[in-house]
Amino acid sequence: MNKELLKKSQSLIALLLLCIVISILSDKFLSANNIWNVLRQISVNVCISTGMTLVVLMAGIDLSVGSVLAFTSVICAGLLKDGITIGALNIHVGFTIFGGILAAIIVGLLIGLFNGLVITKFSLPPFVATLAMLTIARGATMLYTQGIPISNLGPKFEYIGSGWLIGIPVPVWISILLVLLVVFISQKTAFGRHIYAIGGNEKAAFLSGINIQVTKLIVYGISGMMAAVGGIMVTSRLNSAQPNAGASYELDSIAAVVIGGTSLSGGIGTVTGTVIGAAIIGVLNNGLVLLNVSPFWQQVVKGLVILLAVIIDRKSKK
Amino acid sequence: MLQAVNISKSFPGVKALKGVNLNFYPAKVNAILGENGAGKSTLLKILTGVYPDYEGEIHLNGQVVKFNHIKDAQKAGISIIHQELNLIPTLTIAENIFLGQEIENQWGMLDYSGMKKVTNQLLQRLELKLSPDTLVQNLKVGEQQLIEIAKALLIDAQVILMDEPTSALTNAEIDNLHRIIAELKKEGKTIVYISHKMDELFRIAEKYTVMRDGCSVAEGDMFDTTEHALIRQMVGREVTIEKKAKTQISQEVILNIQNFTLPHPKLKNRNLLDDISLNLHQGEILGIFGLMGAGRTELLESIFGLNSTALKGSMVIHQKPVKIQSPKDAIANGIAFVTEDRKTEGLVLGMNIASNISLTTLASDKLLDTRQEQQNAQSYIDSLAIKTPSSLQLCLNLSGGNQQKVVLAKWLATNPSILMLDEPTRGIDINAKNEIYELIKKLSQEGKSFIVVSSEIPELLALADRFLVMSGGRITAELSAEEANEDKLLKAAIL
Repeated sequence: MNKELLKKSQSLIALLLLCIVISILSDKFLSANNIWNVLRQISVNVCISTGMTLVVLMAGIDLSVGSVLAFTSVICAGLLKDGITIGALNIHVGFTIFGGILAAIIVGLLIGLFNGLVITKFSLPPFVATLAMLTIARGATMLYTQGIPISNLGPKFEYIGSGWLIGIPVPVWISILLVLLVVFISQKTAFGRHIYAIGGNEKAAFLSGINIQVTKLIVYGISGMMAAVGGIMVTSRLNSAQPNAGASYELDSIAAVVIGGTSLSGGIGTVTGTVIGAAIIGVLNNGLVLLNVSPFWQQVVKGLVILLAVIIDRKSKK
Repeated sequence: MLQAVNISKSFPGVKALKGVNLNFYPAKVNAILGENGAGKSTLLKILTGVYPDYEGEIHLNGQVVKFNHIKDAQKAGISIIHQELNLIPTLTIAENIFLGQEIENQWGMLDYSGMKKVTNQLLQRLELKLSPDTLVQNLKVGEQQLIEIAKALLIDAQVILMDEPTSALTNAEIDNLHRIIAELKKEGKTIVYISHKMDELFRIAEKYTVMRDGCSVAEGDMFDTTEHALIRQMVGREVTIEKKAKTQISQEVILNIQNFTLPHPKLKNRNLLDDISLNLHQGEILGIFGLMGAGRTELLESIFGLNSTALKGSMVIHQKPVKIQSPKDAIANGIAFVTEDRKTEGLVLGMNIASNISLTTLASDKLLDTRQEQQNAQSYIDSLAIKTPSSLQLCLNLSGGNQQKVVLAKWLATNPSILMLDEPTRGIDINAKNEIYELIKKLSQEGKSFIVVSSEIPELLALADRFLVMSGGRITAELSAEEANEDKLLKAAIL
């Protein structure tokens, strides 16, 4: 029993060890300022990785999240700033903050559903379908902005990414709520169970009467929505929508999922594991910065940690 | 001459071969006969180095040989042509033939022209009018089979083992294959030929060995025996089969199938199911017998809605016409399907027992109730005697028999009126087998109707109230429990 517990919590132990080591090497690490900073930084990855976890649990992958983040970010900023003008009808629609956010989330959902549709209807490998969407969404972002950032979105909008609520940064609240919601969905609903079953054995799940296509569609939709939420957070934090935002975020989120113990072949893993995975990446990034390690080395170290985490995971499962 | 001397082989829980002795003579076609599960494939795998762990000896031309790897057997001149062909469809004929033994020039580069030249010679020898550059995926099955033979010729194999080589061939292709076998025989090669088709064996084989229950039970010359005698040896007289006691079956028809026809996805003018009609009565156990490729599994899959786009025919359940297009529809209509392969189709092995059992009955409008799930699972663990410490045990940690019981539990949870079982006891030990038989009988007495597909005749005789025999996608015989015996079932299956 104790062994089981140890196995289950090994990524948590790794996170704690990492924190201890960094706090010994740098006295800045445990300052309140730095801790809130780290939490704020990881909340974007937590959002994206939470959606990614559901996709990976289903033995899929979503490479488009970084580009979807950028696209929804510029949509949100663009609507907030300029609204929609239809010249021919002489109509101008302005957007409230809530309207802009909702629009961005709906766009994220639609892109995700489109991914899911391509994957289920044309039985394309998720890797290929979402790789295509990675390029499409990035291109669309550039077309929409002509490569120019959309800035100065107002102090009220900034609150989402930079504000505080009861002593905790707002983005941290948002990611906590979303994580709780997805944990609930994955553990307590039939839909969540279906995700695990499809990842564990798609054929057996199908023969058990589970609607594979609908489940996949919804999961890719959720992943798109989560990327949109990440996009809104990033935009608000910078008070600006950058067309280059979110590049390589898909890799960070897949890394968080894998470090968190979710199997890329599906069926095994948890959302809470992913949160710990995202925290490990965040703390590592922060620690390397505090220790003045060159950014180039940071990438090398991050890659090595991913390798190490997965090797340990494989060994302990044998 | 190739000899298997006193070879035994065990798998966890099963003794697959028990002291088998076989002799294969050069310049002859040596037939191996036996029912499914008699141990033929296990023997072939030992002779070709797939299973290096076994007891006993292999003698090749009087010397003891030991193969630890397929390559060892190939080097010794033993080549096998599997029932499922081992070709790579996206490579050309020449590339396939030379796979693993490519000709290279002195720079370590592939010598394409050299390989094509040899391939052309081989193709000519087999009278195949094909270019070495043709992709294998564009070949007919019969041609692919000959490419496998070309591979064997390339390594100059002295012994060629063929496992059911004609199961997917047309008559013309079979004739061509037999002509080539006759030529190989003249060259002094040893041909080992496994087939269920008696007429073929009498046409081309000289020697035969009959295997049954992991033993070699008879051998001799084909001209010296009859079809009837061979069938008797395959089935075995000393095996006392407990036939099911006669039970009164209700006349109420639960399931009625009219003219099910399922075209072959690739071959024109060939049907996987050919005008199948049947009735299933309440509380009846209908046994369906047939050899591999007879269309048994396809029939069950069609009833379950897996072939709905291509399938022609109609179905009536409880006097109501139904159209079943997915497993979901089938479950809603009270049909359960225990598939042939519990590992790839029956269970999510990485999930626990409780979650596997509830998989068929999860309601989307309710939250999961894990305690209820576990209680439910526990009741099945008790009633089906599933051996496990708890309902939270992962299914991959269970033995085959217990896994099969979990699959049954998962389907009983849907409270079906019709249960279709495809090879319900494949690969599980005799005790678990009997437990499952008892369970099926008990459920049928409670009014559930069963369609049991099996290639084990004793199993069907122990269970079924009525028998259908399938061959080539058609029903070739219908027998009552009183009429049915091994002889009649097997004869109808090779019709």
